[in-house]
Amino acid sequence: MDGPSLTALDRQLLDQFQHQFPLTPHPYADIAAQIGSSEEAVLERLQQLQQNGVVSRVGVVINHRRVGASTLAAMAVPAEQLASVAARVTAYPEVNHNYEREHRLNLWFVVTATDPDHLARVIGAIEHDTGLSVLSMPMESDFHINLGFPLCWSLTDARPDRSSTTTG
Amino acid sequence: MLALTDRQQQLVSAIQEGLPLLPRPYLAIGERMGWSEAEVIAGLQQLQQQGIIRRMGLIVRHHELGYRANAMVVWNIPDPLIVDTAQRLTQFDFISLCYQRRRCLPHWPFNLYCMIHGQARQQVLAQIDHMVQQCQLTHLPREVLFSQRRFKQRGAYYNFNPSPHLPAPSPTGGPRAH
Repeated sequence: MDGPSLTALDRQLLDQFQHQFPLTPHPYADIAAQIGSSEEAVLERLQQLQQNGVVSRVGVVINHRRVGASTLAAMAVPAEQLASVAARVTAYPEVNHNYEREHRLNLWFVVTATDPDHLARVIGAIEHDTGLSVLSMPMESDFHINLGFPLCWSLTDARPDRSSTTTG
Repeated sequence: MLALTDRQQQLVSAIQEGLPLLPRPYLAIGERMGWSEAEVIAGLQQLQQQGIIRRMGLIVRHHELGYRANAMVVWNIPDPLIVDTAQRLTQFDFISLCYQRRRCLPHWPFNLYCMIHGQARQQVLAQIDHMVQQCQLTHLPREVLFSQRRFKQRGAYYNFNPSPHLPAPSPTGGPRAH
């Protein structure tokens, strides 16, 4: 696989702790006890994984349908303006994902705000700022419980079994 | 939409950048907020029980792990059929997310979205073909949008006290090339 080199401990951490992170006073020590490692080694590997970008953070994923207001937005940006428009969109703290996609609508981003009014103001500001119109496709149903990203360590490896924990 | 209490807002704000990599991360977060470690833990437990926290743990960036063929597949499914169709699509374990989103007519008629994070484009295209055949969706309009440049990927940032006038943002660093 075309990715960074990972230790066996890295793989255990990535496989087992994308959800159900311990809510205990010493969570890293508890993780270490579960996988036969030490607190120091777990912290050291997590630091490394964050440094090389494999892990963006150890944290929470908020259910955007329960808190605030969010939407998936798209814009058709002339190719020569894409980098500069994307940078303007990215600069809004309310934008958390922003990708180029292969389509006439070539810029796709997620806007998350504290309430629908705040969301509408951000979209209006982006339109004003770029002179381009923004399509907004808010979520209506989520059919998949996101338990993190299932990893398969080579093209021939079996994927981790999600059947015991997936309900969607 | 659920209204968070002031204390829940405070906790979500304090944790959204992630847990510190220290032996007692909840103690460290509590110290920043003037809460005890036990109050932080209890508060997070409550947010999980209420479904406000969807999951907690390592947030993985698939691109860095070699999953660089990221496809968003969209369909225009008649509304009465959407739940049934989604249930069939989510049987495939290469689907990482599946959503219904509001159409944006007349520009965008699509209402069902699946995300596939794969290692190679040909493999992802073959998975989509397989899924479309198996679910008998060949006759329905769809589009496949592979991602190219990633300009930003981070957790949502909630600012519970936004200023009434959004200031014009100043552009920051450029995109991360593929």
